[in-house]
Amino acid sequence: MNKQQNKEHAPGKGHGNRGNMLDVLFTSAARICALLVLLIIIAIMASLFMGAWPALRKFGLSFLTSAEWNPVTEQFGALVAIYGTIVTSIIAMVIGVPVSFGIAIFITELCPAWLKRPVSTAIELLAAIPSIIYGMWGLFVFAPFFGDYIEPWISDHLGELPFIGPFFSGPPLGIGVLTAGIILGIMVIPFMAAVFRDLFEVVPPVLKESAYGIGATTWEVIRNIVLPYTKTGVVGGIMLGLGRALGETMAVTFVIGNADRLETSLLMPGNTISSSLANQFTEAVGEIYTSSLIALGLILFLITFIVLSFAKFFLLRLTLKEGAKT
Amino acid sequence: MSRVKHIDRSIYRRRKTVNFLVLFASFLTTLFGLFWLAWLLITLFSHGFQYLDLAVFIKPTPPPGEAGGLANAIVGSLLITFVGVLVGAPVGILAGTFLAEFAARSRIAPVIRFVNDVLLSAPSIILGVFIYEIVVVSMGHFSGWAGALALALIALPIIVRTTEDMLKLVPNTVREAACALGAPRWKVTVSIVYRAAKAGIFTGILLAIARISGETAPLLFTALNNQFWSRSLNEPVANLPVVIFQFAMSPYEDWQHLAWAGALLITVSVLVLNILVRIFFRTVR
Repeated sequence: MNKQQNKEHAPGKGHGNRGNMLDVLFTSAARICALLVLLIIIAIMASLFMGAWPALRKFGLSFLTSAEWNPVTEQFGALVAIYGTIVTSIIAMVIGVPVSFGIAIFITELCPAWLKRPVSTAIELLAAIPSIIYGMWGLFVFAPFFGDYIEPWISDHLGELPFIGPFFSGPPLGIGVLTAGIILGIMVIPFMAAVFRDLFEVVPPVLKESAYGIGATTWEVIRNIVLPYTKTGVVGGIMLGLGRALGETMAVTFVIGNADRLETSLLMPGNTISSSLANQFTEAVGEIYTSSLIALGLILFLITFIVLSFAKFFLLRLTLKEGAKT
Repeated sequence: MSRVKHIDRSIYRRRKTVNFLVLFASFLTTLFGLFWLAWLLITLFSHGFQYLDLAVFIKPTPPPGEAGGLANAIVGSLLITFVGVLVGAPVGILAGTFLAEFAARSRIAPVIRFVNDVLLSAPSIILGVFIYEIVVVSMGHFSGWAGALALALIALPIIVRTTEDMLKLVPNTVREAACALGAPRWKVTVSIVYRAAKAGIFTGILLAIARISGETAPLLFTALNNQFWSRSLNEPVANLPVVIFQFAMSPYEDWQHLAWAGALLITVSVLVLNILVRIFFRTVR
């Protein structure tokens, strides 16, 4: 302490001891809090890894490839959950990306000025609704409707087709992988639409105006000016949405059916990593069961970490470019 | 000559048609997006309102088949959200201050920014597992404290991000003016910069509250649930999201009705908070 004071005092700064000390105190407090954020991520990694270690040691790499999930015999493999996570996210992206893209175009290019704000706000509010509400609505409203009206049609018409048939056949249960994917898609739409809209709005008006000036249509401006300009950002936005879809828990847990079998059909119940955790974690007995669930969590964390890093990388490249041009 | 004219016109027509089709499609996707919002809100209100009565606010959660309310869950939710923000906000504001004020030449700052963004979008259930590992296991039981900590972890990156953004909006000349008067850095930050960015920082905190008040996943294995009033945060605490989850998944109709009432309560409060955020943010700019 004394040393510090002397050091601060020696150059003869005019603030006096007290001011200097408070300065040091305040800046170090701020620095410590910032480092805490870093520490938390490291601690999350470490604790997940330590928790997952017994399962990883017992099953090794076969944990990733085994489709067996049997608490009774204590045989665990992550394949069903990983498969469910990826498939539901793909369905969500297939629905979410084009729709949110369209919404962003509507808001930035097409919408009359008086309507811009209400539509924007409505989309943002849709993004703010907690996921458990989507899940509950999915369970009580959407799944019965889907099972009664849409799924019979899907299994009658698409179930017979070659190649894609097996994915769309089966009993119309309402709940299942496809329903979960659709609800996930509805959930990520407002989120990605808001990201896309913000991206499209950074395109300098001069660029767009000059294209309009030589007679381009709105669509041509979007395709040849807006999209090339925001390309990396759009990829980043999609990655952000994907990261959200991969980790989403409650909306999926309600409607996916919590089944630990690997099914080809999307109409059948399944499981994702997060829904396995939500459904089984508190009930898990025995070290290996809990540890296997934590190992699932570790896998999810690593996947989302990679996806989010890509998102960040792409979005950062856009802001750098923006900085260079202005 | 006439042939050239003809080709030209067909190209125009094609470009116009493509343009029209694309824009019409984008219009339809917007309707599609708003359609879900409308459907969701309509069912929520029509189901939720009929079960929302005074009992919901004054009676604790009932056993199946009996009348009751959500009072203990509402109070529990308010409590752990409050504690969560109380823990998350100071740390978040200080960390954001470091990134905005003291990190100009810091090499660690970009790393922290990156990590903060990852934390911001990390699956919330993972944060629940993390808190379970380090708090619940070492305490030996589920507790309200663990739930509040999990929520603090979700609030933290939001507050860091908004604080940094808001402090950066404060013009540098203000800082320089204060420094020129001989104010030390901490004083410049606390009494000048914070004061200028007050509404912005507050917006960040509101945003964090809106986000954590609907979070369910991280509470499942931290705060757990409690059918009765909790005496302290040291034991499992009832909270709205987990109660909604358990009641909605249950086969009992009474419970499902209460779940709808709770869902309406949460949605309305989250929407109101978000609208407040918008109003505050408008005063910032």
